[in-house]
Parts: sequence; structure tokens; C-alpha cells
Amino acid sequence: MAIPATLPTDIKKIREEFPVLSQKVNGRDLVYFDNAATSQKPRQVIQALIDYYQTTNANIHRGIHTLAERATKAYEETREAARAFINAESSEEIIFVRGVTEAINLVASSYGRAFLREGDEVIISALEHHSNIVPWQLICEQQKAKLRVIPVTDIGEIDLDAYGKLLSDRTRVVAVNHASNTLGTINPVAEITRMAHAHGAVVLVDGAQAGAHLDIDVRAIDCDFYCLSAHKMYGPTGTGILYGKKKLLDAMPPYQGGGEMIKDVTFEKTTYNELPYKFEAGTPNIADVIAYREAFRFILGLGRETIRAHEHDLLTYATERLTSMPSVKIIGTAPEKVGVVSFVVDGIHPFDIGQMLDARGIAVRTGHHCTQPLMDRYEIEGTVRASFAVYNTKEEIDRLAEGLQRVINFVK
Amino acid sequence: MNNETPRSIAAIQDEIIADFALLDDDAEMKVLYVMELGQKLPPMPDEDKTDENIVKGCQSRVWLTARLEGDRVYFTADSNTAITKGLVSLLIRIFNGQKPEAILASDLHFMNAIGMERFIGTQRTNGFSAMIRQMKMYALAFKTKMEIGS
Repeated sequence: MAIPATLPTDIKKIREEFPVLSQKVNGRDLVYFDNAATSQKPRQVIQALIDYYQTTNANIHRGIHTLAERATKAYEETREAARAFINAESSEEIIFVRGVTEAINLVASSYGRAFLREGDEVIISALEHHSNIVPWQLICEQQKAKLRVIPVTDIGEIDLDAYGKLLSDRTRVVAVNHASNTLGTINPVAEITRMAHAHGAVVLVDGAQAGAHLDIDVRAIDCDFYCLSAHKMYGPTGTGILYGKKKLLDAMPPYQGGGEMIKDVTFEKTTYNELPYKFEAGTPNIADVIAYREAFRFILGLGRETIRAHEHDLLTYATERLTSMPSVKIIGTAPEKVGVVSFVVDGIHPFDIGQMLDARGIAVRTGHHCTQPLMDRYEIEGTVRASFAVYNTKEEIDRLAEGLQRVINFVK
Repeated sequence: MNNETPRSIAAIQDEIIADFALLDDDAEMKVLYVMELGQKLPPMPDEDKTDENIVKGCQSRVWLTARLEGDRVYFTADSNTAITKGLVSLLIRIFNGQKPEAILASDLHFMNAIGMERFIGTQRTNGFSAMIRQMKMYALAFKTKMEIGS
């Protein structure tokens, strides 16, 4: 990579922006390695929430008073920031949702009801999070469509040959993640999209694990839908975006009814508002949407290349450290990964490792990570997962390795 | 058959509290100690590790069986995770050899005293409550059986 990794001194400065990181847990400095579940928040995001409630709080779009104007403007500025962040063509294509789960449910339900027919097929991969499985199961059952699953290879990559064979003229939707929350694998979403389009299918990309880590260009990927959760990319909980190509969103029926999404309501007939408001029924999560803008600023301020380079260093280092421990086995060794290391240890249950590490102030995730079919694929019950963010350091990875060695020594 | 009168549930709880007090309120020492207790738990025969014997409400898998010897209850247990095995071993230490009515009437307070929720978390604490519930269910069943039998 042309751009050098961020220097450790810079990381120290970055860490200072995250108040939560400076605490002790069980008597030791907190090591936060559960970033794939949710990332910590920088001051500028926290401050935006405080400022909003202290100076602006008002309902948006309908009011004509000063505070309502101010809130509306800030809310729409986030929409524009989101558009720019993923390089969408128009901000009408950005719909605010609660997060990726709601975004996928929206598409599955609205697009599915309108366009899925008996015998049609939806393709997902074996790498998917439950939130990119269950909404499709529900709509397939309702529409009598069929759900097909692309297998993953031993190292944790989507099997593109198998995918090619699954595609047919019955395929209507392909839904895959940009990066796997459990294994970290970065999927070739542009290639997957190109192959789907050749069969006339639309593509949804779950970007939950990409938002904080990868450069996202929806026009380069050419996907039809793309979803992000703010809280996994330094933003607040409870908001996120659904990107959809305008012509598809226009053709789709509303997902929920209520205020904001209508043009005219009579008891006989209601006409719907235009995009993006057609899909934003009711008072939205104004405060968190406004603060979400600061998350985009934070990421772009550091630079996505710099973040990627630093996290790649961490991933490489963690992989080396863990690989050198004989009883540790890393699950998911694709060459292209975000900063996620999932592993199992011979004879020690992931829960016990997680609890022991917590006792040393280290936060990791243990279990199936909402990907039970993937655990079945590798015939394991669960893994321990360490997932990195830009504020993590190699010293923290040393602490993880030390903690792990201690559990192993104790049990053997 | 064990005919000696076991110490009271209250006395054993006090003993556990005293043991944990030696660990300087250090989360890691407590977790290691619990795991060590689990390692000392007498093994459970594999044929008892059935779905039927799984304690519902635990995130980890915990198998529990009980038998009545005379008027005393004895438990056997195992778990797929070392910490949970240690936790169930604490309950076995307290309840083994007690009369069903003593188990039913027992009020376990040692968990708070040793700060259990702080070092094993809420989920496992919930699972721990499920184990106690299951043990009391066995005690109730044995008590009923004894009453009908007499």
C-alpha cells in the first residue's frame, strides 16, 4: 500500500478522542476488541448528540419555526454526507433506517412483495449474518419463492463457481455481505453483482462490517441496494442507511405507513410522498442521524486508506501471534480480510476464554456471532472473535496473546 | 450410603464465602478458582449426558441428574464449559447430602457475597439461577415421592 501505516503516536492521539477507552476494567486498562459488534464513539459524535438536545431539538420537515428549520437542515446534511460517503448519485437514494437489519427487512418486504413470485429464487451466502438470512426466509415463505445458499470454501471465501451455477433466470435477488462479521472475509461484491445482473437479478450488499473499514463506492460496485449501521462505524446506535437505486425505490411500495411518508391522505386513497420520504414513516431518529454525520467526518478526516493500512497491520500481527500458539486455530483465513480474527482453542470452550479475558480487562466476542449456519459449516459451536478498529494497538494484541496463553497454561 | 449428618446449607455457604475472600477481589483469580473447582467435580457418566438432563435456561450446556439415597439427595453434573462446571460444583457442594426439604427451604446468598455477577456476568448468573431452580425441582419431586411412599 502506498500510504504508510499510521504512526503509533498518532494512534495515541486518536485514542484520546474516545473517552470510553481510558477506563480500567477489572483493574487493568480496557482492551476493546469487540468492534465488529459495535465501535466506540469519538468525542465529536458524543458532542453532536449533546449539542442537538441542548440547542436544536425539534421535529423535522413539517415545522416552520427556527428550531425545526435548523433540525431539518442538519438532518438533511447527514443524508448528503452519507451520499458522498458511498458515492451514490443522489441523496434521494439514501433512506434512514434503524440499521442494517431494518434496511434488509425493508427491501425483503417491499421489493419481495412487489416482485417475488412463486418459483422465483433468492440467493444468499453461507457467510451471512442472521439478519441477512431470516428476512429472506420470511419473504420467500410468503411468496412461495426459494432460498438458495452459496457455499463457502474452507478458508472462508464465497465459492464463486458454485454461485455461478446457482444463478439462473429464476434468480430475482442476490444478498451478500461486503465483509463477514464472523470471519472478516472481504467479498468480491462488484463481481458478484456483475454476475447477478447478467441474469437480471438485483443485488443487496450488507455493508455492516465495511462501513468503518473499507472504501465504499456503490456506483463502482453497481449494487442495487447497500446497507450501513451507524453504530458499527463510530456513530450512534439506532440509525443507519439503506441506499437503493432510484428507479428501484420508485417502483417499490412503501414499507411502513404513517406520517412523513404521505402526500395526501383521504379515507379512500392515500398518495405517497416522493423519495426518500416515502420510506421514512413517522418521526425518525433525528438526534442520532444528525450525530451520524460526525462519524462520516471522523472516518474521512483520518482517511480510509490510513485506517485500512493500520487495521491491516493489526490483523497481520494478530494472525502471526495467534498462529504461533499450537493449540489455537484461526477460522477464516481468506487473503482479503477486514480486521477480524476468529479462533478456537483445543479443549477450551470459547465462553471460558471470553470470561477469562474479560477478567483481564479484554473485551472479545464469543459464540456463534449470529451466524449459526456458518458455525455448522465448520462443525464448531462457536469461536472467540477479536475485531479491531482504528484505535487499537499491537500492545493490545500482546495483551490478548498473554491472556490467552494464561488460560491455555491453566487448562493444560 | 452416606449416613453422616452433613453440615447445614448456611455453614457451607459461609465456608464458600470465606474461600473466595482469600482471592483479594481479583476477577481473574476468582475465575481461575471456579475453573479449578470444576476440574475437581466427580465425572458424570456419558450416558447421563442426554438432552433430557440438560438444564434449560443456561447458555452453556449443563447436564444435571439427582438421586435419593435414604432421605438425602445427591446430584451429579457436568458442563461443556469449564466455568459453568465450576459454578455447578459450588451448588453440588452445598446441596449434596441434604434432605429435600432443606434444599427447598434454602436461601442461597453466597453469590452476592462473593460478587459472582461481577466476575461471571449477567448471562451466566441467569444460567446459575436456572441450575438452582432445577435442583429445587428435583428436591420437590423427591419430597413428594417420599410423602406418597410413607
